[in-house]
Amino acid sequence: MYLTIHVLMIWIASSILIAGAFIARRQAGTVSHGLANFLELIILYFRDEVVRPNLGERGDKYLPYFLTLFFFILLCNLIGLVPYAMTPTSNIAVTAGMAFLTFALINVSGIWELGPVHYVKSFVPHGLPFWLIPGIWLIEVLGLFTKALALCIRLFANMIAGHMLILVILCLIFIFNSLWIAPISLGVAVAISVLEVFVCCLQAYVFTLLTALFVGAAVNPQH
Amino acid sequence: MELSFVGWGYIGAGIGAGLAVLGAGLGIGKLAAAALDGSARQPEMAGKLMTTMLIAAALIEGLGLFAIVICFLAGSTLSTYVKGATHTPAAAEASR
Repeated sequence: MYLTIHVLMIWIASSILIAGAFIARRQAGTVSHGLANFLELIILYFRDEVVRPNLGERGDKYLPYFLTLFFFILLCNLIGLVPYAMTPTSNIAVTAGMAFLTFALINVSGIWELGPVHYVKSFVPHGLPFWLIPGIWLIEVLGLFTKALALCIRLFANMIAGHMLILVILCLIFIFNSLWIAPISLGVAVAISVLEVFVCCLQAYVFTLLTALFVGAAVNPQH
Repeated sequence: MELSFVGWGYIGAGIGAGLAVLGAGLGIGKLAAAALDGSARQPEMAGKLMTTMLIAAALIEGLGLFAIVICFLAGSTLSTYVKGATHTPAAAEASR
């Protein structure tokens, strides 16, 4: 087994997460202070705006998974902006693994909450002419795979594109082979790095939001 | 061996990337215009409007990035046919 830099960065991000959780646990309470205060803001936002509207009250069971997913992707994305470090989520294997977990969660939660037969029947809405049902069912099954694939590629491509853009702009100095391009190039690279911070947070939020939407659609099918 | 398909292939990948950006730019431009209209009419809804706008922009941008990923793949597959390219073992095989 090779220890690539992506694996090392995942370990570093995970240890930061676990250490943060231990620190915040001692500071939590009715009135939290310190790191727990900041994390409570995000956790309450996720519970009230993302999980509960989509999954209902029984969404509280799934809340730990969504929070772990959000903070893990956020840390993995942000760790790539540190010099000499690499973004783990810019490896398609990492994002494919997380998308596969989302795919598994959608199906397992659907089967757990609705029962296997009712879950399979819930792909097709009621009141359709009977000759449409096989086609719609097949399209919905394909849609399961497309949703997970879209999640994977969206996160991967956003991370790759941002870092590749910074790399290309910094390589302009070497292509032009002169020093006068350096101030412009560095200025643009800094500006794009600021945009990258925003994109990292946004992509983590969108991944978690879409996972919540899909799990909600699987758990309460709209008739 | 006639290798002009490599040149045409690169042109195709470049035009594909440009068209993808065109589509994504148009879509997100309309979205931003609608969000600004709504914020101008009702300034107290500006927060919710901006949140919705950001989520929809990320989704539309995801589509544009699909096409970019396909252009990357096309470019990297074509580079194995470039004569003298030795940075992949397949390229060393192809240029022998």
